[in-house]
Amino acid sequence: MEINISINGESRTFDVEPRTLLVHLLRDNAGLTGTHVACETSICGACTVLLDDKAVKSCTVLAAQAQGCEVTTIEGLANGDQLHPLQEQFWEKHGLQCGFCTPGMILTANQLIASNADPTDEEIRHGIEGNICRCTGYQNIVDAISAAAAQMRD
Amino acid sequence: MAQAPKFIGAPIKRRDDPRLIQGLAHYVDDFNPPGTLHMALARSPYGKANIRSVDVSKAAVAEGVVAVYTYEETKGIGPVPVGGLVPDAKVPVQPILADKQVLFAGEPVVAVIAETRYGASDAAALVEIDYEPLDAVVDLEAALEPGSPKVHDDYESNEAFVWGIAGGDVEAGLKEADVIVKEKMTNARVAPLALEPRGVLAHYLPGEDKMTLWTSTQVPHKVRTLVAGQIGMPENRMRVIAPEVGGGFGSKLNIYREEALAAFVTRELGVPIKWVESRSENFLTTIHGRGQVGEIEMGLKNDGTITAFRYNVLADCGAYYQLLTVAIFTLTGLMLPGPYKIANIEMNATGVFTNKVATDAYRGAGRPEATYILERMMDIAAVELGMDPVEIRRKNFPDKSEFPFSTSAGLSYDSGDYHLALDRALEAADYPAMRAEQEEARKDGRYLGIGFSTYVEICGMGPSAALGGQGWESARVRVEPTGKATVFSGASPHGQGQQTSFAQIVADGLGIDANDVTVVHGDTDVVPYGVGTFGSRGTVVGGSAVVYARDKVRAKMAKFAAMEFEADANDIEFEDGRVFVRSAPEKSAGFADVAMMAYSAIALPEDTEPGLEETHFFEPSNFTFPFGTHIVLTEVDPETGDVEILRYVAVDDVGNMINPLLVHGQIHGGIAQGTGQALEEEMLYGEGGQPLNASFMHYALPKANRLPRFELLHTTTPTDVNPLGAKGVGEAGTIGSTPAVVNAVIDALSPFGITHIDMPLRPERVWRAIAEKRA
Ligand code: FES
Ligand code: FES
Repeated sequence: MEINISINGESRTFDVEPRTLLVHLLRDNAGLTGTHVACETSICGACTVLLDDKAVKSCTVLAAQAQGCEVTTIEGLANGDQLHPLQEQFWEKHGLQCGFCTPGMILTANQLIASNADPTDEEIRHGIEGNICRCTGYQNIVDAISAAAAQMRD
Repeated sequence: MAQAPKFIGAPIKRRDDPRLIQGLAHYVDDFNPPGTLHMALARSPYGKANIRSVDVSKAAVAEGVVAVYTYEETKGIGPVPVGGLVPDAKVPVQPILADKQVLFAGEPVVAVIAETRYGASDAAALVEIDYEPLDAVVDLEAALEPGSPKVHDDYESNEAFVWGIAGGDVEAGLKEADVIVKEKMTNARVAPLALEPRGVLAHYLPGEDKMTLWTSTQVPHKVRTLVAGQIGMPENRMRVIAPEVGGGFGSKLNIYREEALAAFVTRELGVPIKWVESRSENFLTTIHGRGQVGEIEMGLKNDGTITAFRYNVLADCGAYYQLLTVAIFTLTGLMLPGPYKIANIEMNATGVFTNKVATDAYRGAGRPEATYILERMMDIAAVELGMDPVEIRRKNFPDKSEFPFSTSAGLSYDSGDYHLALDRALEAADYPAMRAEQEEARKDGRYLGIGFSTYVEICGMGPSAALGGQGWESARVRVEPTGKATVFSGASPHGQGQQTSFAQIVADGLGIDANDVTVVHGDTDVVPYGVGTFGSRGTVVGGSAVVYARDKVRAKMAKFAAMEFEADANDIEFEDGRVFVRSAPEKSAGFADVAMMAYSAIALPEDTEPGLEETHFFEPSNFTFPFGTHIVLTEVDPETGDVEILRYVAVDDVGNMINPLLVHGQIHGGIAQGTGQALEEEMLYGEGGQPLNASFMHYALPKANRLPRFELLHTTTPTDVNPLGAKGVGEAGTIGSTPAVVNAVIDALSPFGITHIDMPLRPERVWRAIAEKRA
């Protein structure tokens, strides 16, 4: 089936099997491999992207459901050479080790900050509950999100 | 280095990060060479079963299927490599695809190769395998009872090996004791769960007779040597690349069936073959960690002095061994005395086959088990003797003047100051205030608990002779003609950040900027033969190799500069991108200019070859022994059994730190994993050997909202085992945390008279323990 979708601001058309998952369309058809798969059961959040500005787990969204929508992946978050504040702060605060959870974590955090511009640590920890990181113990991720929120408020 | 270090010791941001935070890095599954075919495996749903027949006819004609492989077509591939054995261990042969029997749920039987990812899984589901399910072996104790079903029909029993270690005389030590405390404890099987599952992409070019194997591994050279051997290919025709690797924690320190299978198939078909593990496959077929059930006996004097410590343990091997299955249990024995002066120790281990995937190295690998039982016993003994948990520990610490300290397990601890780390932690936690808070809370019917863990671990694996081979690491440093430097490391980091810390090491030694140093690793065609990253050895052993290779290059550059300046090579200094004569600093040249001299080679110093490229293989003289104290404050809700961690204070002594930012990151992650084992994590099996919780939905692992903020402090006791004075940090957090958390929970429950609950301390277990005491 044909799917029209805007990815990171660019309109694109794909011909895929109806059962194709959004994450596979992004990775295999659109060649955007920054979105990762780590559980395929909607628990880990590694596959998180923004679908019309809402964070979704793209391993449990059919590509067909994204028909006509706007998708933002980690590759589309920076503004040209200018890193997004979340990217900057994850780097600054050492919020990643192996990096596999990072794209999903950043996009979830983006949604969190969009709905709460000044989150407490507890709110952040609660907000990223649906994203698993096996490397960092989360502390630096919390600090990175908190610092990015502050930067975005300025 | 004459000048003060500029980069070593500084919390420099990682150079790996820009690609990772923008989604531009490449893990195995991110490579898609044209024409790639996908592999999927039909796997056993049973813990143990006979295979009556295998019918691949439907799968073979499914759309897009290119080839199907069973045992018959693949029996020429060598079995899964096994090492680190003990004498007289039974060693079952692990085939690549199962033949007449499957011995654990997830064991692969048929491989299907198809044009697409979805097509391959569809076709694997069309494979018809007629199984006759058999009784499975799940429980370790039951496995050894006469009449138990057997994992391997052709062995007499499920006993895999018997191994022991003894120092002093435990019987005499127990006789000497005023009190003897005993307990039975479990270190449950847990799943490592690197967030990136395993994956492999193999591409053979028949014209070049050259294979490239991208695989998510911690040990690319081991993969090359061993997989090439399995498929009968000269290893110098194979290039193994560990690209970006999404975590390992020991689980990728191994050689797995799918690697040999993909390599075999691409050689047959001449096109790239890709296999990427699903999370359920990861739970079923990637190694697990821990898996010990044992009985402990500990003798003490009334003043708390330990006189004997004995551990009789059953060790869960799984159905087959992986690379280091057996060796991991021996590490428990080596670390049995922990940070204490225990003259008499003994461990008697019996390896047990079960119908499960193999256990092997998981972060800490044998040491967390030792630390857990020892630190739990310290608390149990403290209660018995009416001592404070701090005092009983102090009583048994060696003094710092006693280092190097020889233990009854036969190790020599390099350096340490255990009292200092404990003092620092007590001060940071404000221990008296914590106790007062606990006292107050109890009056209000709230259950707070304080838990200690004073640990020492064995790191920097390690002298080659002590490890049964390959304890060294390699590095090559090249100064390029333009004055940039490139490090080629045999270590294979996968999140630890050595692309940054190794650059720091080289930058300081050569007086250049860390941004002018590039670090390359994980490509067997490019880096010198290496051992890999595991056992907290990346910086300790790998970084030391970098130091020596760097110094060799520096010495050579000094010769060129000395020739140019007509000075003595020993009088040449490197600083801020300049090379100059120390005693006559006006004689100075740019670092790049001196580099170019070596490459133009128009004039050569005596006995000197052109070029600036040096290799070093570093062989450590001993292990390193990082140590520390973790203090945890928990609150237990007696009505629900829920545990909340209120404070976590950790003092870790990892020797000198190259980059404190990275050190803290390692400790955070380690504490999280160890806490997971203490409170939540455990693989559960049904009677038939099927895992009951093999998904993220059912296996609890730490989430952000379940963990506290960690308060980290350090003491610094360098080691003289390596030139960096670094001890290693990859596993400290995991080792220190598990007992500290459990001890805190048990301390909280002391008013109920509870002295032990087996991990993981899930609410239900805690609640039941309370309910039992209340009844
Ligand atoms: S891969 Fe989508 S939530 Fe885990
Ligand atoms: S950085 Fe590795 S899983 Fe988060």
